Amino acid sequence: MPELLPFLKDLLSLPGLSSYEEPVAKAIRTHWAPLVDEVGLSRLGSLHGLRKGTAKSPRPALMICTHMDAIGLMVTGITSGGFLHITQVGGVDPRVLPGQLVEVHASGEGGTKILPGVVAQPPGRLLPPELDDGPVPLEHLLVDTGLPERQVKAVVRVGDLVSFASRPVELAGETIAGHTLDNRASVAALTVCLEELQGRSHAWDLWAVASVQEEVGLIGAQTSAYALQPSLALVVDVTFAKGPGANDWETFPLGKGPTLVMGPNIHPAAHKALKDLADRLEIPYAIEYAPRHTGTDAHATQVAADGIPTALLCIPLRYMHTPVEVVALKDIQRVGRLMAEFTAGLAPDFMDTITWDN
Amino acid sequence: MKRLIQTLTETFSPSGYEGAIRDVIRKEVKPLAAELRVDALGNLIARKGTKGGKRIMIAGHMDEIGLIVNHVDENGFLRFTTIGGIRPHTLTGGRVRFMDGTPGVIGTDFSKDAGRLPAVDQCFIDIGATSAGDCPIKVGDVCAFERPFLDLGKRLVAKSMDDRIGCAVMIETMRALKSSPHEVYFVFSTQEEVGLRGAQTATFGLDPEIGISIDVTLTGDTPKARQMAVSLGRGPAIKIRDGGMLADPRVVDWMIRSAEKARLPYQREVLEGGTTDAKAMQVSRAGVPAGCISIPSRYVHSPSEMVDHDDVQNAVKLLTTMLSKPVEL
Amino acid sequence: MPAIGTPQLKLLEKLCNAVAVSGDEGEVRQIVLEEIKGHVEDIKVDALGNVLVTKKGTTAKRLRVMVSAHMDEVGFMLVADDGEGIYRFEPVGGLDIRQLVGKPIWVGREHTPGVIGARPIHLTTAEERKRKIPLDNLRIDLGPTGKAKLGDRATFATQFQRNGPVLIAKALDNRFGVVTLIELLKHAPPNIDLLAAFTVQEEVGLRGAKVAAHALNPDLAIAVDSTPAFDLPAWDDEPSSFYNTRLGLGPAIYIADGATLSDPRLVRHLTATGDAGKIPYQFRQPGGGGTDAGAIHRARAGIPSVSVSVPHRYAHTAALIARLDDWKNTLTLLHAALAHLTPSVLAGERA
Repeated sequence: MPELLPFLKDLLSLPGLSSYEEPVAKAIRTHWAPLVDEVGLSRLGSLHGLRKGTAKSPRPALMICTHMDAIGLMVTGITSGGFLHITQVGGVDPRVLPGQLVEVHASGEGGTKILPGVVAQPPGRLLPPELDDGPVPLEHLLVDTGLPERQVKAVVRVGDLVSFASRPVELAGETIAGHTLDNRASVAALTVCLEELQGRSHAWDLWAVASVQEEVGLIGAQTSAYALQPSLALVVDVTFAKGPGANDWETFPLGKGPTLVMGPNIHPAAHKALKDLADRLEIPYAIEYAPRHTGTDAHATQVAADGIPTALLCIPLRYMHTPVEVVALKDIQRVGRLMAEFTAGLAPDFMDTITWDN
Repeated sequence: MKRLIQTLTETFSPSGYEGAIRDVIRKEVKPLAAELRVDALGNLIARKGTKGGKRIMIAGHMDEIGLIVNHVDENGFLRFTTIGGIRPHTLTGGRVRFMDGTPGVIGTDFSKDAGRLPAVDQCFIDIGATSAGDCPIKVGDVCAFERPFLDLGKRLVAKSMDDRIGCAVMIETMRALKSSPHEVYFVFSTQEEVGLRGAQTATFGLDPEIGISIDVTLTGDTPKARQMAVSLGRGPAIKIRDGGMLADPRVVDWMIRSAEKARLPYQREVLEGGTTDAKAMQVSRAGVPAGCISIPSRYVHSPSEMVDHDDVQNAVKLLTTMLSKPVEL
Repeated sequence: MPAIGTPQLKLLEKLCNAVAVSGDEGEVRQIVLEEIKGHVEDIKVDALGNVLVTKKGTTAKRLRVMVSAHMDEVGFMLVADDGEGIYRFEPVGGLDIRQLVGKPIWVGREHTPGVIGARPIHLTTAEERKRKIPLDNLRIDLGPTGKAKLGDRATFATQFQRNGPVLIAKALDNRFGVVTLIELLKHAPPNIDLLAAFTVQEEVGLRGAKVAAHALNPDLAIAVDSTPAFDLPAWDDEPSSFYNTRLGLGPAIYIADGATLSDPRLVRHLTATGDAGKIPYQFRQPGGGGTDAGAIHRARAGIPSVSVSVPHRYAHTAALIARLDDWKNTLTLLHAALAHLTPSVLAGERA
């Protein structure tokens, strides 16, 4: 799929912090609209695209869920001098912040505008002495737009969003680096899946979901799973790739295929079906073991309503939750293809054939 | 309104034991509601407005933090654990009252280090019993802080301002709301302090289209306070986020538009800890756009929580104006 | 009337010796399905592996009563193969790392034997012995040619024993509840619809109970579980005010724990039942922790809930100790309470 890279770059350049996903949702919607029969928004703003199946109604439905929200920062106050106090939206390690280029989404006088800024680490003499030369906690980091105080106070308001400004870069070996590859890489993979399904029919209904607010509590997935109550849920997210400082059993090689997760959050038969399919298609993969909470939307979809059998696929990614996350394009394509083949291959009676104990 | 606040805050009803406060509130809202009911977890639900209109749920919790006895020793001293977020430094020297009216004082185990804060399990309640035999209080009995309401003029102080002040705002809004195009459910919720439990189940039962909680928030306006851009007296706070949720931006816009149109003061709230019933509403069923109008409050979760009377009245005005007119998010 | 006799003890033994770590409850689930077959008509295994059973009563105006007991236990998952039969593992559920060293274990459905060893004392320093042995340094060893599958679950390899009034086993939490619920199903009183939920994944967040309650949508619920007794002497011999429960005082009724403030109407019903039938009971000390009731009472529009537990010592370790009489009295109390449940119990408002 030649257009994957530009589409992914577009996605990565759009804001869409948790609870404020509208800009990225719009772009995804535009891309999905010709690929699905219907597309709409959930009550909380998750994007739901429906491709109708061919089996007799009532048909089973597969939900494929990829979250589209991004982590970032939010303004909590304005200091004298016009510096901004910040807090996090989602899990941000304050140690990666000093010196980052950011965009302040100012919403005060004159309407919404984007102000470039940097995250300032004040010199030690201006910080509590007990910090010594240790990492500076978020409460002492500031965002500096360089503008005079008067102007900052006019245009920036408490609650305004601050997002990472770094642009995506292509690295060697068909990899890409940027912020928010967690989880726009999976949104791109789901889009690949929808494109692969063009001109093909499938027995099941397919709900393609770009969920909101994963980073602040799996909120979109929980509510969309309740709204759609699919027969089966497939969640796609990112996982830890092997790399500097990350090499143990919780990490997986970059560019060598997705992980298929097993553990309490996952229905073992759905897991096995994906694994068998990947073997058949000769798509490389690793098995990821999640003894407890998977830390993904799968944790929420499984316990929605009366319970929804759930499977989880993950794309290995380096440097998670930093502005330089790295993903291999090939893995995105593999996941897209695997999802498409899985969807197309679902027999109308698949749910009757799987049990927890085999 | 001050009298109402006094009555509400001088009632004892920790989480799970909201019967007493429910009776007080029921008396107030009975003449104001088209329909009143109590659900399985004890939430009091009052309906007002136009049936068939947009279903809007307003939640303010009527429970308060408290203590529950888990051991009576042979001399009649009571060991306890907490109901809700009680910090030990608010206990020492405090007084409590049990649901049957029994008063007690809080004492602590002896420590050689007088500067050290006792842990909760190093505190006990003394109700004046001389032995386990003559102690009327048993394991499982609950109590709340004893502290009378204080009217400082512009500022009001009481225990359980969190969230009886929200209940007061809701009751006064019901009084002020002449008509509404919406089907409004005022939910006086239970068990908020132990995890938003009442609001969670009430929301499921009502399946509202919009959810708004009315609760207290912290301020940054006391000496050497932590940084927070909310002060007493500058108007109700419109929550953008707290420690548990990001308010729905559409609901935030609705609140701000309404406040500006009615020329009411308001503040933008970003709270870094804590959360409200709105968090539970947001994730109910297929999701509910939710937000919160906060009453700025100092010394939250102490027996002396302080609010500003103007903020409270402006919160009533804001909620009333919002509910009086049609809304499309 | 249900009773605990040899068959029930045999069943408890079989269940305690099964391996059913949260998320992999199959072995216990199969035993449960086998046991209840023929006694009930409506059996369903749901999307998470909960066994949901409906046993309808016969009288008019019956309450729909959910009784839940979790099938899962704490344990381990094998997550990496170090070669030569040595595996890295992760704990599943709340385990104290200090309790793992030097224990024999069973891996997988096959109960492949293994051990968790430690470096010989001779090779450790005095400084090192002051610190906990970290999880990173622990491995499951199956022997040099041993083989297991990654993802397999493991538990302590403790054979059930009975010594007169005393029971010693792993996983009494909550195989007590499982057998109790099976007996209640077999002797379901006619005045209620008994909705039995043998739940999964309690130890990792009450996950089975959440969906079970949503699906069953009962009028009220009772979680049957097993809870710690800390009735040990304090180091300084001071009288202890921290015991949670005590062995020998009967079933523990919950007023409040970290996940639930029990419905006072149901607490009253249980104590009244105990008082009337002269069945001993105790209150579990209000405090932290939680049972399936924590998820159930928050399901749908709210479900009045309470928990009753059989007390045991040494929760979540290789060997729990409990008293037979406490279990017998738990079953008696629960059966009597169910047999006397009428809609009037919930007629008034919750206090």
